Amino acid sequence: MFPNRAAVEGVADSMQLAEVKGRSLWADARIRFFRNRAAVISLIMLAGVAAFALFGGALAQYEGDYVDFSLIGSNAYLGVPSIETGHYFGTDSNGRDLFARTVQGTGISLMVGVIGALVAVIVGTLYGATAGYYGGRVDGIMMRIVDVLMSIPFMFVLILMLVIFGRSIFMLFLGIGLISWLDMARIARGQTLTIKNKEFVEVAVATGVRPSKIILRHIVPNLLGIVIVYATLLVPNMIIFESFISFLGLGVQEPATSLGALINEGSRTMQFGYYWQIAFPLFFFVATIFAFFFVGDGLRDALDPKDR
Amino acid sequence: MEPLLSVRNLSVTFDVRRPGSWPWTPPRKLHAVSEVSFDIQPGECLGIVGESGSGKSTIARAVVGTIPSSGGNIFFEGHDLANMNVSERRVHRRDVQMIFQDPLAALNPRMTVGEIIAEPLITHEPHTSRKDVKKRVSALMERVGLLPNLINRYPHEFSGGQCQRIGIARALILNPKLIICDEPVSALDVSVQAQVINLLMELQRDMNLSMIFIAHDLSVVKHISDRTLVLYLGRVMETANSHKLTTLPEHPYSQALIASVPIPDPVLERARPRPILEGELPSPLAPPSGCVFRTRCPKAQPSCAEARPELKNIGDRHFVACPFHEPAQVLAVGE
Amino acid sequence: MSLLEIEDLMVTFTTADGDVHAVNGVSFNIDKGETLAIVGESGSGKSQTAFAAMGLLAKNGRASGVARFDGKDLLSMSQREFNKIRSKDMAMIFQDPMTSLNPYLRVSDQMAEVLMLHNGVSKKAAITEAVRMLDAVRIPDARARVTMYPHEFSGGMRQRIMIAMSLLCEPRLLIADEPTTALDVTVQAQIMQLLGDIRKDFGTAVILITHDLGVVAGFCDRTLVMYGGQVMEEGSTDDIFARPTHPYTSGLLKAVPRLDKDEGELVTISGEPPDMSNLPQGCPFSPRCPVQLDRCSTQRPALETFGDRRRACHLPINEVT
Repeated sequence: MFPNRAAVEGVADSMQLAEVKGRSLWADARIRFFRNRAAVISLIMLAGVAAFALFGGALAQYEGDYVDFSLIGSNAYLGVPSIETGHYFGTDSNGRDLFARTVQGTGISLMVGVIGALVAVIVGTLYGATAGYYGGRVDGIMMRIVDVLMSIPFMFVLILMLVIFGRSIFMLFLGIGLISWLDMARIARGQTLTIKNKEFVEVAVATGVRPSKIILRHIVPNLLGIVIVYATLLVPNMIIFESFISFLGLGVQEPATSLGALINEGSRTMQFGYYWQIAFPLFFFVATIFAFFFVGDGLRDALDPKDR
Repeated sequence: MEPLLSVRNLSVTFDVRRPGSWPWTPPRKLHAVSEVSFDIQPGECLGIVGESGSGKSTIARAVVGTIPSSGGNIFFEGHDLANMNVSERRVHRRDVQMIFQDPLAALNPRMTVGEIIAEPLITHEPHTSRKDVKKRVSALMERVGLLPNLINRYPHEFSGGQCQRIGIARALILNPKLIICDEPVSALDVSVQAQVINLLMELQRDMNLSMIFIAHDLSVVKHISDRTLVLYLGRVMETANSHKLTTLPEHPYSQALIASVPIPDPVLERARPRPILEGELPSPLAPPSGCVFRTRCPKAQPSCAEARPELKNIGDRHFVACPFHEPAQVLAVGE
Repeated sequence: MSLLEIEDLMVTFTTADGDVHAVNGVSFNIDKGETLAIVGESGSGKSQTAFAAMGLLAKNGRASGVARFDGKDLLSMSQREFNKIRSKDMAMIFQDPMTSLNPYLRVSDQMAEVLMLHNGVSKKAAITEAVRMLDAVRIPDARARVTMYPHEFSGGMRQRIMIAMSLLCEPRLLIADEPTTALDVTVQAQIMQLLGDIRKDFGTAVILITHDLGVVAGFCDRTLVMYGGQVMEEGSTDDIFARPTHPYTSGLLKAVPRLDKDEGELVTISGEPPDMSNLPQGCPFSPRCPVQLDRCSTQRPALETFGDRRRACHLPINEVT
């Protein structure tokens, strides 16, 4: 009895007796993340891009679908970016305000990326964790389904779907959502296989905690680190994917637009000297993608301190 | 007295697939534990010693129910845990709790100490109010020598010894009847080991717990347990009162094991005869026929290869699985 | 002249959370053919002391002080110079043999490589020598098994191979870092006996780094007890075990259950091993010491020599129980 008392008193000397708030692994990771300068700058940039997409519309002097007929034919000198005319980024070849259109395009591109990543995180993680946790035959069947889905050339299926059912944002989201979770499910399953052999999971099983609780309470929180990292790297991939579809002219339907569609339009008029029509969307595109990659890198270093 | 736990002919086999084999080829069977029997009385501590691969952790996991047994019975208060369906089994889980070797790995790094200790409680008594949960957790933390104000801390903020105390608190919160400790001190520093050993012995005494204490270190097992079971390649070699086992072991393997344990006393060590056991543990995939120890046994006879020796009671709950057993004092035990 | 001389050795690691002083002023000597045990818990700096002497510190670590092997200064040596004396003059074996054996190379190739490099013999001669050495460490059927891969051997056999490999060039000093911690007791007894025989046959000096007092008692002439990166006491193994002069050593001896005694409750050392990045100002053991004096927490005790022993403690010798 006394040794314990002594141990307690020993600790008591060095600590005040108020309830001490613990520093979770998340808090640790946050501290490490904010030490990474490139990641923090990228995060600020991302916040800027997001703010631009959300609130940029309030600054725009024109509606995105308003066609300024006065500019037709004189786009090259009247449609240049200027503060005075209110066309901050100039106009596109149809005389529409490029600022408003970039705001809309950035918004849609970000949404595509974020929704794709969200589907991946929610569906992929739960699917992978379940397959990995139950193992055996369940795992075999669930993962073979993923294999089959992965072996389908999705680009063509998506293009077919867009052609058959018509081009709409909904179809695009559906298509992206359908493929984005496959890789995530594989990653989550692999991680689950290692986590489920950890002793704390065994303790929970031995205590009689139900499988669903074990997955949600013990497996998923420990998966989350790698899932978050992968998700941040998935967002730019989704944006690039959508841009590619839009570049092919199959993406979002006019008058709605995305960064990919804008770059597509801009690339056609670039040779006539309308450099701004590609420069502005391209800038936002590149900035977003780079920022996501750096943030993802920073998160990986922060959440996985093994490399330190 | 009716034993609390009575294990009868427990066997556990694992399927081992050769990598790259076809899914329909039958897997090879690894007999991790084979026809093991023992009893534990209420309030008694049974030590299980054995080298790596002897199946000692497998017995623990079969009793706790995290791996299925493939034969035999595990009677807990008369109920056969080995042949129960999942939901029946879940009811009995609160009475048998386990403490693990690696204290940090046994704690979910994303949960606070309070959440970890409370988990068995909220699983089995989900209607306990938050206030009650916290009160019981705090009281228990104090009992195992942790400051209750650390309740919101995370496992990585504690040292190994403290993590093991957290694991002990979690195992105790439901007031179980049986605690299974799987190498609970072997990952700890020498100076901290004694603290945890003392704590476990004290708790066992005060709460009248039954305990299975598994370790590879015979000195620790002898110190903490009333009776000791010696395991070799998944089979029981000898079970006896711990003092009797260390002073007058009967089985040649127990004798060899005791002779191999180094004693922290240079004068004694130099004077000790050291009949060193040759060879190593045979593969559990292809165990020797008859007595599994015969390949390394100094007393082995041709007949040992033929029949598996029976675990005989030679009086006073002393069981030996060797037809040629005879008491031998390998070590002088004093004080 | 001593074979290995360590004087006021310091090892510091630079980490993101500041400097960690793993070893703080350790000194000891070891003579030809002698066996010295370095006993300590995790974080006592026992392994880092050996790593510094072998030039095997991690990249973020640096050593200062004096470390001389046969009069040659070790700390100023380049990795190239170290490679020349490692395994030829001093060799090291580790807890996990697989960390030093290449899983993709046959044992024969790995052993021959060492000999060809240091002794410049032909491959054929080198393999003959390797087989002879495997025989010496009592690997049954060495001639046939020398061409096997490391993973085909059991843990105990791997440790024998490691020992055979480290002895190939007949080094004068062998540092064994927890060589039997990962092994079973019966195999541990085999390996310790083997090490003892080898020491007799080859006259190799051995430094045994371990936390297991039992292993030390049966093997070493002298024992050095470390705690918190410092030497607590040193003396002949018989003296240290029979008459410890430091509260840490005596506490450690009482805290270990013994197979040959029916002790009641164990006498514990309270508290936890020290945090190496935040050591107390005075004696590192002072926060846990049952008999500490006022100055123990502020003033670091010097390592004083008396007779053939040394100790670092403010408490008079006759007051240590």
